[in-house]
Amino acid sequence: MSTPSTRPSPATTGELSTGAAIRLVAGREISTRVRTKAFLWTTALFVVAVVLGGVLLNAVSGQGPDATHVGFTPDASAAASAFEATATGMGVTVETSDVADAAAAEKGLRDGDLDLVVTAVDPTLDVQVKAAVDQTMQPVLAAFAQQLALASAVTDLGGDPADVSGQIAQAAPQVSALEPEPARDGGQIVAGYLAGILLFISLMTAGQLVAQGVVEEKSSRVVELLLATLRPAQLMAGKVLGIGVVGLLQVALVVAAGAGTATALGLLDSSSLDLGTTALWALVWFVVGFAMYALVLGALGALVSRQEDVGSVIGPVTTLMIVPYVIGISILPWDPTNSLATSLSYVPFCSPMLMPMRIALGVAETWEVLLALGLSIALVPVLVWLAGRIYSGAVLHSGGRMKVREALRRA
Amino acid sequence: MSQLSIDSLSKAYGPVQALRDMSFEVRAGEIFGFVGSNGAGKSTTMRIVLGVLAADSGEVRWDGRPLDLHVRRRIGYMPEERGLYPRMRVGEHLVYLARLHGMSRTAAVAAMEHWTDVLGIDARRGDEVLKLSLGNQQRVQLAAALVHSPDILVLDEPFSGLDPVAVDVMSQVLRDQAAAGVPVMFSSHQLELVERLCDRVGIVRAGSMVAVGGIDELRSTPERRWEVDGPAPDDWLARVPAARLVSSEPASGSSAGTGAARRSVVEVANPDLADVDQELLAAALAAGPVREFARVRPSLVELYRHVVSSDESPAASDRTPAEVTA
Repeated sequence: MSTPSTRPSPATTGELSTGAAIRLVAGREISTRVRTKAFLWTTALFVVAVVLGGVLLNAVSGQGPDATHVGFTPDASAAASAFEATATGMGVTVETSDVADAAAAEKGLRDGDLDLVVTAVDPTLDVQVKAAVDQTMQPVLAAFAQQLALASAVTDLGGDPADVSGQIAQAAPQVSALEPEPARDGGQIVAGYLAGILLFISLMTAGQLVAQGVVEEKSSRVVELLLATLRPAQLMAGKVLGIGVVGLLQVALVVAAGAGTATALGLLDSSSLDLGTTALWALVWFVVGFAMYALVLGALGALVSRQEDVGSVIGPVTTLMIVPYVIGISILPWDPTNSLATSLSYVPFCSPMLMPMRIALGVAETWEVLLALGLSIALVPVLVWLAGRIYSGAVLHSGGRMKVREALRRA
Repeated sequence: MSQLSIDSLSKAYGPVQALRDMSFEVRAGEIFGFVGSNGAGKSTTMRIVLGVLAADSGEVRWDGRPLDLHVRRRIGYMPEERGLYPRMRVGEHLVYLARLHGMSRTAAVAAMEHWTDVLGIDARRGDEVLKLSLGNQQRVQLAAALVHSPDILVLDEPFSGLDPVAVDVMSQVLRDQAAAGVPVMFSSHQLELVERLCDRVGIVRAGSMVAVGGIDELRSTPERRWEVDGPAPDDWLARVPAARLVSSEPASGSSAGTGAARRSVVEVANPDLADVDQELLAAALAAGPVREFARVRPSLVELYRHVVSSDESPAASDRTPAEVTA
């Protein structure tokens, strides 16, 4: 306290441009928020959930049941490749190996190294097991026995068994559908789910953060200090921008974790999911959805002065937000072309959740996405104007909850 | 000379008329004390000066020009309800506010370090605001008002809740600011402090300025009073026809032997009688020994009580404020 309390330097203040003001406000939002425990934990949880989900999915579906180990004694070893082909054709994975003799076969069965040993194929198919033939192997064995019998009959009639089995393999029904369903696979369905859930949760969280941030400034009264130097619109724009960047960062991390896991584990090798496009659109739709919800929720937040009242004032909007989410999650994965969900995917406030799901499921044409995007973006200037007016009119009002109409009148 | 002029501000909150025709000036380099009961309109006036509230009519001027955002950025403001982000660190908070006022990062950091030093909170720069005691939060709040080297200071109750040491620090800061040419306007209920610190005082009642001027001018009422410790007034007061007795009580130090020594307060209503004090003293001395003879000036507290509680008629309250020019 001994220092003289004169001014440290001549006035070094200058006029703050709107851009600089918004950058400062946004910068404060970003630097304080990324350090909060809430941000670190939710991001970590999200990333871990996505990675773990991928790993689990891989363990459950990728490998399927373990391959059945089938041994062939020297008498039968010539039929090993034909047997494997039959089993694979029926969707059963087998691993064939040669065994030296009956003793080795018995040892292999008892030790569990082998599930089944084929000891002879002519004149009959002789099979040895430890206790019983596994259920999945029964039809394989029956089919193989029939194939052997057919081959020997063909040979007896003077034909070539290989020719016949080739023709049999070619024979398949040609089905023509009146209303073909778009092809989709497990990868697309999972991605559709994830896109819907991720966008819903991140939009809901980020939107609420904006409302809470506005009320935080009101309840702590710091807004009075800020508005002595900033215009209300600058303060709101900076806040929305800052929280938006933090939210986008979170969504990008989760999307990257999901895409990285899927690629690393080869989950999508057999899927027709366009991962890059889906991920990119998810980010775009977050930005658009956030802009809209943040403006609305920020303006509503300005109507109240206490954190306890935030929930009730933004309740109608967050409740409405659940509608497109539930419709998307409960209908789209099973019925990607559902007309209700498809129509809603063009409606602003619904599209940020429904369109990314349709993109992931591969049922949205590019023009459809662009149309929905255009409709939403067209609404943003209106929202900016309306939210700005409500915010300016209400943000310095303290006390009870203010009516929207009164806020508009005061602006 | 630069001055902040508050000119005929009126403001109504619904049916409640918070301000009516509020007018006064704060000059450069002057500490102006703003006193009045709760709800008299002090905070409303300050908020209008800062532009966080719009007046229904009237105007605030600086150097003769209406205050715009550019000038408002040059005001240091301490709101009545303290306003800081509770979860932001003290140092970062002050730097942020300084930068919002247009300072560069390095200048903002230097100013933050300077003011936290001066106000004795330099050890708390890394702590979140809410971790500080209320008194220290108040020092941060003052630092927030000063950090951008403002041209004008508007402080709403800067002294409430401070310990005596902090009051001294804050008083010194305000004196230094005024000495540097900054007009300092603050409100307070601590009238002794206002009396000690301020160059000029404004007393507000029901949204209007009812008395404004230098402390001494305010204290010199047209009715002059003297306190006389001496003979009983019955014995001598009649010799000065202009004087009347206000009160009289036995003097505390009087012994039975010296007769009826009394401590009396007498008043002269006519301000034109220049030598009336000599007449009074001579009359009293003629009646007996006078141990004390002193002019009585009302303290700010008494003035305040008088002004704020007096149930003036509407006509009287409509009169222009009793501006006393130096």
